[in-house]
Amino acid sequence: MSGPSSGCGFLMSVVVHGDLALNEQEKDLNQRLRRLYPAVNEEETPLPRSWSPKDKFSYIGLSQNNLRVHYKGHGKTPKDAASVRATHPIPAACGVYYFEVKIISKGRDGYVKYMGIGLSAQGVNMNRLPGWDKHSYGYHGDDGHSFCSSGTGQPYGPTFTTGDVIGCCVNLINNTCFYTKNGHSLGIAFTDLPPNLYPTVGLQTPGEVVDANFGQHPFVFDIEDYMREWRTKIQAQIDRFPIGEREGEWQAMIQKMVASYLVHHSYCATAEVFAKSTDQAVHEELASIKNRQKIQKLVLSGRMGEAIETTQQLYPSLLELNPDLLFMLKVRQFIEMVNGTDSEVRCLGGRSPKSQDSYPGSPRLFNSPVHKANVITDHLHFLLSPGFDSNYCNGVSSSKGHTLAHSHKSCPRTMPSPELGVLNGSRGQQTNVGAEVEMEVDHFSNGVFLCSKRQLCGGSQAAIERMIQFGRELQSMSEHLRRERGKNSANKKMLKDAFSLLAYSDPWISPVGYQLDSIRREPVCSTLNSAILETHNLPKQPPLALAVGQAAQCLSLMARTGSGSCAFASVDDYLH
Amino acid sequence: MRNDGRPIPTLEVSAAQQQIHLHTFFILQEVTATSRHYVDRLFDPDPQNVLQGVIDMKNAVIGNNKQKANLIVLGAVPRLLYLLQQSSSSLELRTECAVVLGSLAMGTENNIKSLVDCHIIPALLQGLLCSDLIFIEACLRCLRTVFISPVTPVQLLYTDPTVIPHLMSLLSRSRHTKEYITQIFAHCCKTPEHQTVLFNHSAIQNIAPLLISPSDKVRMQALKCFSVLAYENTQVSMTLVNVLVDGEQLSQVFVRMMQRDKPIEMQLTAAKCLTYMCRAGAIRTDDNCIILKTLPCLVRMCSKERLLEERVEGAETLAYLMEPDVELQRIASFTDHLVSMLADYFKYPSSVSAITDIKRLDHDLKHAHELRQAAFKLYASLGSNDEDIRKKITETENMMDRIVSGLSESSIKVRLAAVRCLHSLSRSVQQLRTSFHDHAVWKPLMKLLQNAPDEVLVMASSTLCNLLLEFSPSKEPILDSGVIELLCSLTQSDSPALRVNGIWALMNMAFQADQKVKVEIVRALGTEQLFRLLSDPDTNVLMKTLGLLRNLLSTRPHIDQIMSSHGKQIMQAVTLILEGEHSIEVKEQTLCILANIADGNTAKELIMTNDDMLQKIKYYMGHSNVKLQLAATFCISNLIWNEEDGSQERQDKLKDMGFVDILHKLTQASDPNLCDRAKTAMQQYLA
Repeated sequence: MSGPSSGCGFLMSVVVHGDLALNEQEKDLNQRLRRLYPAVNEEETPLPRSWSPKDKFSYIGLSQNNLRVHYKGHGKTPKDAASVRATHPIPAACGVYYFEVKIISKGRDGYVKYMGIGLSAQGVNMNRLPGWDKHSYGYHGDDGHSFCSSGTGQPYGPTFTTGDVIGCCVNLINNTCFYTKNGHSLGIAFTDLPPNLYPTVGLQTPGEVVDANFGQHPFVFDIEDYMREWRTKIQAQIDRFPIGEREGEWQAMIQKMVASYLVHHSYCATAEVFAKSTDQAVHEELASIKNRQKIQKLVLSGRMGEAIETTQQLYPSLLELNPDLLFMLKVRQFIEMVNGTDSEVRCLGGRSPKSQDSYPGSPRLFNSPVHKANVITDHLHFLLSPGFDSNYCNGVSSSKGHTLAHSHKSCPRTMPSPELGVLNGSRGQQTNVGAEVEMEVDHFSNGVFLCSKRQLCGGSQAAIERMIQFGRELQSMSEHLRRERGKNSANKKMLKDAFSLLAYSDPWISPVGYQLDSIRREPVCSTLNSAILETHNLPKQPPLALAVGQAAQCLSLMARTGSGSCAFASVDDYLH
Repeated sequence: MRNDGRPIPTLEVSAAQQQIHLHTFFILQEVTATSRHYVDRLFDPDPQNVLQGVIDMKNAVIGNNKQKANLIVLGAVPRLLYLLQQSSSSLELRTECAVVLGSLAMGTENNIKSLVDCHIIPALLQGLLCSDLIFIEACLRCLRTVFISPVTPVQLLYTDPTVIPHLMSLLSRSRHTKEYITQIFAHCCKTPEHQTVLFNHSAIQNIAPLLISPSDKVRMQALKCFSVLAYENTQVSMTLVNVLVDGEQLSQVFVRMMQRDKPIEMQLTAAKCLTYMCRAGAIRTDDNCIILKTLPCLVRMCSKERLLEERVEGAETLAYLMEPDVELQRIASFTDHLVSMLADYFKYPSSVSAITDIKRLDHDLKHAHELRQAAFKLYASLGSNDEDIRKKITETENMMDRIVSGLSESSIKVRLAAVRCLHSLSRSVQQLRTSFHDHAVWKPLMKLLQNAPDEVLVMASSTLCNLLLEFSPSKEPILDSGVIELLCSLTQSDSPALRVNGIWALMNMAFQADQKVKVEIVRALGTEQLFRLLSDPDTNVLMKTLGLLRNLLSTRPHIDQIMSSHGKQIMQAVTLILEGEHSIEVKEQTLCILANIADGNTAKELIMTNDDMLQKIKYYMGHSNVKLQLAATFCISNLIWNEEDGSQERQDKLKDMGFVDILHKLTQASDPNLCDRAKTAMQQYLA
C-alpha cells in the first residue's frame, strides 16, 4: 500500500514542483516584459509570449509551453518549408522590441540546413520560410543572407548553427530591424517595415529544433542598453523641440498655466505670491478663492455636513440647481458617518476625529510623487497626481517637508488629483489615461488603521442611530430624485455601495471598504470645486491638468497608430 | 634696483611686439590708451586702488581677445605675477590676479606663449602652497588652461619633483580642484616616464574615487587620466584591475560608462581604458567586458552618426584592441556591417559638402587624411589572421584601388597605414594570386620603396616579401623592375627589421629560381656582404641568410656552379657557424646547406677533402638533438650515394672514418625519420 501511494505522492510533488517552476517563470516573464515595455497597454495590445498553435503550418510541432519548435515534415524541397508565428503582433508602444531564438539542433545530416528567423504579417503563407513573401522578413542560417519579401537573399551576416542564439530586434521608431548572433549586433537588415508584424520562425530540415525566448529568460544581447540609447534620443528630441517664436511668450504661457492651476485648487496664498512675482492678474477674487479653499478643506477632512452647509451658505443656488451633486455629497457624508469623521456624528461623542482621520495630524507631503492611499483592495489603480506645485505650496520657497506645509495655513491639506481623463468626456480615473500607477499603501494612514480598532461611527451608539436615520433620509432623497429626474444608474450604484458598508462587521476590510479611504474624498472635492467654478464661468478644469491629460492621450493615440516613439516619452518622466 | 615688473618703456620695442602684424599694430594704437590705463592702475600706491584696478581689468578682458593681447603687450603679466607672489598683497588681490591671468590664458595661443615666457607656471605652482582654497582654485584654473594648450611644454609640470605630490594632496579639496588637477594630469601624461611619476605618487588610488563623482566634468577628466595612464603600461593596467570603487571593480565602472545613454566622449574614453588594460594583458580578450561591451562600443564609434574625430579614434582604438586576437577580429568583422561601414571613411570630403557648405568642406578636408589612415589601420588589423575576413575586405567597394592610391598619398600617415593594410592582405595566398595581381599593387609598392622613412620601408619590404613568394604572379614583373639592387641595399640598413626583410625577400626570390636570377643575386649582394650577414647579431637575419644560401644551393648544376666560384668562402662560413655558439635552428639550417653541397657533383669534393668538416658531421650525427642528427645523416647519405661517380671511394673513406658504425647505430634510433634515413644510407653500402 505504501509503495504506490508514495509513488503517487512523488509524482504529485513533481507536478506541483513543475507548476511552481512554471509560475516562477511566468512571473519572471511578466516582470521582464513590464520592465522592457512599460508603455504597452496589454489589454489593448498583448505582447507575444509564445508561438501560436493555431497560426502554423502542419509540419511544425510545438512543445515546452509552445516555446520549442521542431520540424516534422519531409524537408526535401522548398515546398516542405514550414513556419510558425507568435500569438500576437509586436505592439508599436514597445518602441524597441526584441526576441531571441536558440538553435537546439541544426537538423539531420545530409540536408541543407534551411532555417529562417524573422517577422511576418498576419496571413502570410505559413508553408514558406520567413522572408520569401510580401510582408515577410527573414535571416537564414544556411547562407547568412537576409530575405526581404523576396525569394533571393542579400548577403547579410554570418551563418548560424546548433548552439547559436539569434536575436531579432524591431525598432518601431524608425521601422528597421537588426539581428544579433550570440549577443553581437549584426547591423540593420531591413528598413521601412510595415506595422503589426509577428515574430516568425521557419524550418525546412528534419530534426531541426529551436527554442524561443520572448522574455522568459535574460537575453544574451544587451537590448536594454540599445533601448537606453533610443530613450535618450527621443528625450533629446523632446527637449530640443522648438517652442514659442517670440521671446518670453513661452515663459508667460507657463506662468499663466501654473497660476491658473494654483487658483483652481485654491492654493490662494501661493497663487497670490506667484501672481505677484510673475506679474499676472488673477481672474478670481481672493475671497472667492478662500471660500472654495474652505469648502475643500472640509471635504478633504471628511467633515461633509459642514461642507454642504458652507456651500449652501456661500453659493445658495448651486446645490439646488445640481441635485445630483447634492446627492453625491450626501452619500459621501453617509460614508464619513460610517467612518466616524463627519461632524454630525463626531459631536455625538464619537472618538476623536484624529484617530479616525486618515489625513494624519500633519498634512501629507505635497512633493510625494505618488498619491498614496490606504487601500483594502490592492489592485485599485489611481491617477498619478502631478507634483508640479510642490515648489509653490508654501509661497516662494521651494523647501520640502511636511512641517512647512503644516505651518502654512492657507495650504489645503491635500492636493486634489486633477482629473486627467476629462478629454473625452468621461471622468473615469482608471483606464483612459496612460499615466497610471499602481497604488502603494500609505504608511501613515495604514498605521492608524491597523493599530487602533476601528469602530462604526466612532463607536458611539447615538452616532450610529444618527447614521441610520441619515441613511433613511438618503434613501428617500434617492427615491425623490428618481421620481423627479428619472433613473440614474450612477446614483443608484453609489448609494448601493455606500449602504453595503453596513453589511460587514468590519467595513474597513470589506470589499467595499475602499470607499472609506480618505483618497475617495478627492474626486468628490474636485467635482464640487469644478461645479462652483462653473457657476462663476471659470473653467472646471485647470489648463495645466488639461495639457497633461492631452499629452497622455496623445501618447496612447500614438501607440494605436504605430508611432513607436511613444514608448520613450512617458508623461510621468516630466512630472517631477 | 626695482623688481616690480614695471613695463619697458614703449619706445624700446619688445620681442613680443615685434611679432605683431602691422595691421594689429594700428588697431593697438587706438586702444592702447585705455589699456594703458588698466596697466597703470596696477602701480597705484594705494593697495585698495590696485585691487579695484585688477577687478576692473578682469571685467574688461572677459571674452575680449584684443584687450587680452593689448594688456600682455603692455606688460601687465609680470606686474600681475609680482602682485600674485607678494606676501604683502591681500589674499583678495592675489586671487583676483590669478583670475585675470586665467582669463588672459583663455585667449590665443600667442597669449599662452607670452604667459609661459613670463614664467607663469612656477609662480602659480608656488601659489598652490597657500592655504586659501579660493586662491588655490584660481591658480589651478589658470594652470589648467595653460597646461592644456598645445604650446605649453608638459615637462614644466615635472621639473620640480614636489609638484606632483602636492597636487595629489590638493586633489580632494573641492569639486574644482578635482576637475582642474585631473585635467592637468590627463593632458600632461605623455610618456612612460610621466606615467611612472604619476603612478608612484598614487595617482590611481587618488583618482579612482573621482570616477563616481556627482560632477560630470570630474568624472570625465578622471576617466581621461586612466586612459593616458594605462596606455601601453602593464604596471598601471595590472594595478587597475584590482582597484575597487565603492565596492565595485574598476572594469565594471568603465563598462557602465560605456552605456549608450552616456556622453559619446565618456563611452569612447572608457572603451580606451578597457582596451589598454586588455592589451597590457590585465584583462583577457575573451572577457565579457571586452567581447560584449568594449568591442561593440568601439564599433559604434565608427558609425556614420558619430563625429569625424570620434570615428577616427574609435577605429584606431578598435584596430589596436583586436590586433593580436583572431576571435575579436572575427566578431568585429560581422558586427554592425563594420567592413562596409569603413568604406565610408574614404568619402570625405563628400561631393555634397563641397557645394553646400564651405565650413563643412574645410572640416571634412581637415579630417579626410585621418579618416583614411584610421580605416586602413582597422582593415589591416581585421585582416591580419583570417582568410575569410581578408576576402570580405578585398571585396569591399573599390578597396584595392583605394589602397593603391593610398600608397602614393602625400600624407605619410596614410601611406604607412595603406601599406600596413596591404601587408595584412598579402598574407592571403588567394589575394596574392588574384586581386593583388589584377591591381598591379607591386608598382606603387616599388615606388614607395624608393624613398620612404624607415617605418614605411619596413612595412613595404615586408609586403614585398610576400609578393615575391613563388606562387605570386607579381614575382616576375617585380624581378624585371630591378628590385634586387634595392633589396641588397636594404640588407645594409642599420635597422634589423629592414635587414631581415631585405634578405628574406631575396630568399623568397631565390626559391626555385633560374640560374640567371641566382647569379644576379650573388653578384648584386656580393660575397662580402653575404658573409657579413652570416655574422649578423640578429638571429632572424642569420636564419634568413642561411635560407637564402640554401635556396641558392639547390639543383645540382647550380650547386656546382656557385661552389666552384665561392666554395672556399662558403665552406669557411659553414665551419664558423658550426663551431660558434648558435641555436639548434641555425645549426640545423647550416647542416642542411652542407647536405645541399654534398648533393653537387663537384661540390661534394669540398667536403670529402675536408676531414675537419667530416669530423664535424660525425659529431652532429651523434648529437642529442634529433633534428641535427637527421640533417647530418642526410649530408652523409648524399656523399655516399651509389649512382654517382666515385661513390665507391667516398664510401670506403667514410667507412674507414667510422661512419658505418654510426649509421648502424642510428638504424636503431627511436625517431622513425632518423631510423629510415640511416637505413637508406646503409643500403648504399649493400648495393
